[in-house]
Amino acid sequence: MKKILSLLLSICLCFWLCGCEYAYKYFDLDLKANYSQELKGTTLTVYNWGEYISDGSDQTIDVNAEFERLTGIKVNYLTFESNETMYSQIKSGGVTYDIIIPSDYMIERLIKENELREIDTKKLSNYNLIDQKYKNIFFDPQNKYSVPFSVGMVGIIYNAAQVSQDIPNSWSVLWDEKYKDKTLNFNNPRDAFMTAQMYLGLDLNSTNKNDWDKAANLLKKGKDNLQSYVMDEVYGKMETGEAAIAPYYAGDYLTMYDTNQDLRFFYPQEGTNIFIDSVCIPKSCKNYEAALMYINFLLEPEIATANAEYIGYASPNKAVVNNPDYCYYENEILYPNQKDIPKVQYYHDIPDDVRMYYEMLWCDVKLH
Amino acid sequence: MKFLSRFYIGLILFFLYAPVLVMIVFSFNSSSSVWVFEEFSTKWYLGLLSDSTMLTALKHTLIIAVLSALISTVLGTAAAVGIMAIRNKLANRLIMGATNIPMMNADIVTGISLMLLFIFIGKLFGMTESLGFATVLIAHITFNLPYVILSVMPKLKQTDANLHEAALDLGCTPVKAFFKVILPSISTGIMTGMIMAFTLSLDDFVISYFTCGHYQTLPIIIYNMTKKSVTPDTYALSTLIFIVIFVLLIFYNMISSKNEAKTTKRRV
Repeated sequence: MKKILSLLLSICLCFWLCGCEYAYKYFDLDLKANYSQELKGTTLTVYNWGEYISDGSDQTIDVNAEFERLTGIKVNYLTFESNETMYSQIKSGGVTYDIIIPSDYMIERLIKENELREIDTKKLSNYNLIDQKYKNIFFDPQNKYSVPFSVGMVGIIYNAAQVSQDIPNSWSVLWDEKYKDKTLNFNNPRDAFMTAQMYLGLDLNSTNKNDWDKAANLLKKGKDNLQSYVMDEVYGKMETGEAAIAPYYAGDYLTMYDTNQDLRFFYPQEGTNIFIDSVCIPKSCKNYEAALMYINFLLEPEIATANAEYIGYASPNKAVVNNPDYCYYENEILYPNQKDIPKVQYYHDIPDDVRMYYEMLWCDVKLH
Repeated sequence: MKFLSRFYIGLILFFLYAPVLVMIVFSFNSSSSVWVFEEFSTKWYLGLLSDSTMLTALKHTLIIAVLSALISTVLGTAAAVGIMAIRNKLANRLIMGATNIPMMNADIVTGISLMLLFIFIGKLFGMTESLGFATVLIAHITFNLPYVILSVMPKLKQTDANLHEAALDLGCTPVKAFFKVILPSISTGIMTGMIMAFTLSLDDFVISYFTCGHYQTLPIIIYNMTKKSVTPDTYALSTLIFIVIFVLLIFYNMISSKNEAKTTKRRV
């Protein structure tokens, strides 16, 4: 009995010790702003998307570890997998966060519900690095509540080995019978409806229920063609060639391309969805000064570049985009030329009744 | 016939272990793809050492699993002994029923109700930060308890009720009698309960998801990767966990069979 117990405990201890031995080598960072140690010993709770920060794997910069060493502030780093999860956590009242990184429409909703605290951008010496075109966006017209972190657009990925090169640059491919059982679509209502709405030329944020009906009918019609609705399964299906056409984010296409060089990408001519994920400070923030310091740190050219390379999405930071050492420097997919930029629409926060309506339609589509 | 039964067992084992084997194979894949095997490499195991998010989550999971297993084993054993001592049949059955309900209850119901309770109590005391380490730990102990009670109970029933009295007759204090006589005879039940509690706590997702607050455990971190793709260092980590548990179980079986051999010899 004692032997077993001691064995059990010692094995757990070994595990624990491996866990503590952290094999990260700090970088010699070249920083633009000054960081003081005056908040040393305090804690900063950061709530971000999963796999959305450079974490030290593959000899990259571990952003949180570097920030901790620089300022002495302990970063309590937490993740979520959807805007809605994050929202319900904020609303539950059982937890508080100092920094959150939601997307555009969620920021709009949080501002409306008075959940965000103003960010004093004057105190952010690196704020001028943010590209002007990502400022004053609809959800935060005066740039009071958010600092852009990462941006991206949806496009269509196809396998050139299975699909002829003269594939039309259009959402119509998802409904083309030539590609029966070879196409995928998003497994969440907003994005799946977006593909149909774009094809039909509808407003993504329409409050007219007829518009949503039309899109739902199109999705139902396309279901015979479709192989399946997917989220991250899209990686496997596209990389192995099990599916040939799928709409997904440009940055994720670049990751897939690394494993399967037959994959190609285009932005459909009808237009597409663009998103911005921005750093915000919730009302419940308990360490405001440290939060500002952290945001300024995220804007540092070296840090922002590491994050952009890790995430693979486009960066709103000019210092990243103009850095010749950045691995996606002048990448035409992430940063298309002026003439190739597709028509884009953002998601807006949608009134509850419309949201309920399209969620009901989505169930219909799935059961069809 | 013999061939058929062997074939059948082989098939069952295959389906049980094939997924784990596939995962182990892919944890040695050199490319970051989790679908196409390129060449052998151990880079994900090395990379794991510098993945702070995953390591912190692993630490959280292990702390919670070890603590909740130990605490629920102590509480559960005490509860089982207590329940056995209740002579009133109706009360006995009622209490057993009450302890079994959390086990039958859907995890999501347990999770949400615990979360509401914690937040409610937190608000009562004016706390802004009610969810965290303590709440996950309490939640895990709560769902582990019935399993411990359930594995200790049968062992208690097997032990001769007169043993305890005999020990008292021979001059033991009640406490001493418990530790010297009762505890050794139910130790296998306690061990089973503890291992069960440990593994249950290790892979719980639903209840932790609602009660963890800032204390995110490994299953939650892995779930949060699903917007982008899950990286192979998750496979490496899962492989390591699998191997540790595998070795643990082999040791446990070896020791307990040795003990059994010893006791049978003594009896002879």
